[in-house]
Amino acid sequence: MMAHKKRVGMEVSIAVSHAVQLARAEAIAAYPITPQTHIVEHLSSLVANGDLEAEFVTVESEHSAMSACIGMSAAGVRTYTATSSQGLALMNEIVFITSAMRLPIVMTVANRALSGPLSIWNDHSDIMAARDIGWIQIFTENGQEAFDHSIMAFKIAEDHRVLLPTIVNLDGFILTHVVEAHEMMDQKTVDRFLPEFKPYHKLDPQKPVTMGAFAMPELFTECKMAHQMALTNSYGPILEVWQEWGKLTGRHYQPVETYRTEGAKVIIMMMGSLGQVAEVAVDAMRDQGIPVGLVKIRLWRPFPFADLRAALAGAEIVVVCDRALSLGGAAGPVLAEVRSAMYPLAVKPQILGYTVGLGGRDVQPEAFEELVRHAQAEVKQGPSQEYYIYGVRG
Amino acid sequence: MSKAWDQVTWQEIEVGGVLTEPGSARNYNTGDWRSSRPVWDKTRCIKCGICWTVCPEAGISEDADGYFEMNTYCKGCGICVKECVTGCIEMVVEES
Amino acid sequence: MIEIRFHGRGGQGAVTSVELLALAAIEEGKYAQGFPSFGPERRGAPVLAFSRVDDKPIKLRCKIVKPDVVVVLDASLLAIQKPANDLKEGGIIILNTNKSAAEIRQEYGYTHTLALVDANKVAREVLGVPIVNTTMIGALLRATGVVQVETMEPPLKERFGPLAVKNFNALKVAYEQTTIEERRS
Repeated sequence: MMAHKKRVGMEVSIAVSHAVQLARAEAIAAYPITPQTHIVEHLSSLVANGDLEAEFVTVESEHSAMSACIGMSAAGVRTYTATSSQGLALMNEIVFITSAMRLPIVMTVANRALSGPLSIWNDHSDIMAARDIGWIQIFTENGQEAFDHSIMAFKIAEDHRVLLPTIVNLDGFILTHVVEAHEMMDQKTVDRFLPEFKPYHKLDPQKPVTMGAFAMPELFTECKMAHQMALTNSYGPILEVWQEWGKLTGRHYQPVETYRTEGAKVIIMMMGSLGQVAEVAVDAMRDQGIPVGLVKIRLWRPFPFADLRAALAGAEIVVVCDRALSLGGAAGPVLAEVRSAMYPLAVKPQILGYTVGLGGRDVQPEAFEELVRHAQAEVKQGPSQEYYIYGVRG
Repeated sequence: MSKAWDQVTWQEIEVGGVLTEPGSARNYNTGDWRSSRPVWDKTRCIKCGICWTVCPEAGISEDADGYFEMNTYCKGCGICVKECVTGCIEMVVEES
Repeated sequence: MIEIRFHGRGGQGAVTSVELLALAAIEEGKYAQGFPSFGPERRGAPVLAFSRVDDKPIKLRCKIVKPDVVVVLDASLLAIQKPANDLKEGGIIILNTNKSAAEIRQEYGYTHTLALVDANKVAREVLGVPIVNTTMIGALLRATGVVQVETMEPPLKERFGPLAVKNFNALKVAYEQTTIEERRS
């Protein structure tokens, strides 16, 4: 039977904090930063009002937030935090340790540009600077997805076959500050879906262990390989959790999602909330008879190579939209990943990269129509650039 | 970990690099680092235990009679010699 | 889908308006978005707030650049923001003013449908303060019927608590007093 179907209006940030409440997070340490603020403010109220039985540790920085989270998770409790932009950058030193210690902390990242120039607005430069931190990284397109994945992330992270911290990305402001409709879950259903956290190792005076030990050169490579394999092998359990959620709610999620790709010669790609805007553009182009489809990456780490190759099979041109820039490099991070995934194939599409929507630049559906026309012209004459920055003046 | 470090495979790494055996540092005999050793003259030792107290590495043990001697963790730093009240400890070069 | 853009000044409650409207529309079983023109809020500075309402899930995640309706909380913004410039053909301008439709048309050259109410007066008389955001929702509902007047009551209660009654009354008074003049070709 489908769970509770009534849609409830609320700000997406509030929906995310309710998801964390429903997941019965036991420990939270966070520092407020725009545009993540409403999430942790609301969680703080829930804890203060006794609506969520959790320890809320107020800290003086994100560096301390993640450090406190490591301690709390190591002590064996379900641990959550949220951050954004500079906050994630300040955490950077610690987030690698979190994943190497295999602590299943869940973190929401309200994606925002990294300074400078100072910008509080959305792009993906924060998470791309943390791309290689060894966490599971999931992207969401709307409030419902942010809510759903915030609950599912705990189940994935805490699975003893996984034991990896997990980030749920949602676009800052574009999602966090929008009041929209959500199908909520009741506590009973979530409790059945998400059992109590059972730590694999924990700090226990009765059974002492050493966590966070150093590794000599003779062991370091083996430790990294073990981490790499854990992240790669988390793919199966991630899918299991998403399938179970699909059965429970009727909302199905895939590592790579496609929209109207049947017979598509041109495929547009991206991650995050732009995906929905692009669907509108694809509908418009299909109406004009242009064979365009959409491929969206939901699971960024571990990267779903096989799913991507299957999704792009048959495409002649792939237009990859990045909401970040790899300064001094040849491309945006998604473009680099897609090109590298497709390179070994004997038959591969032309892959063009566009950086769009930096630092809160509004992206209207017409932008995708422009990109498709531009890409088609470039392929015809031979691409003039390694990649393009859409809408840049001058 | 009973296996030598450079023999351990990635599959054998414990989840999160956790060391599950408490006090496993005990297996690491830092006494290998020693080039000279403290030797007690029991005729002058008053069993005060200052040497045991000041040793930074738990490298000194008390024997059944209440006298002190170095163990396999003594790195030969010589702090005990410097601090001994009666001057009954002497550093002796390992080879001799 | 109807796309509504609120024009106001920081502190006038444009963002609250779109949020309340979204909550009411969702309560009616519709899909809706309410969101601000994201940025640091500055009291008095011209701001935009956006509202989309539809019977099916809304995919657009961008600003509203071709609205069906503009709601202008403060007539002094007409000259600054030029809210009607990108209004859809057949769109509606909803304006807080004590002027007549003829005067507004003469002053700004508008040909769109106008819905006018002296929200300042209503707010002063009913609320006791010149904050017109909830009052102007009354004018919006009169001109568009985007949600039922009654559906606005629960979100107002949730947001304003004991002050909700006055706000709901101001909304209803504005609903009654709004005059609508169809577009001129």
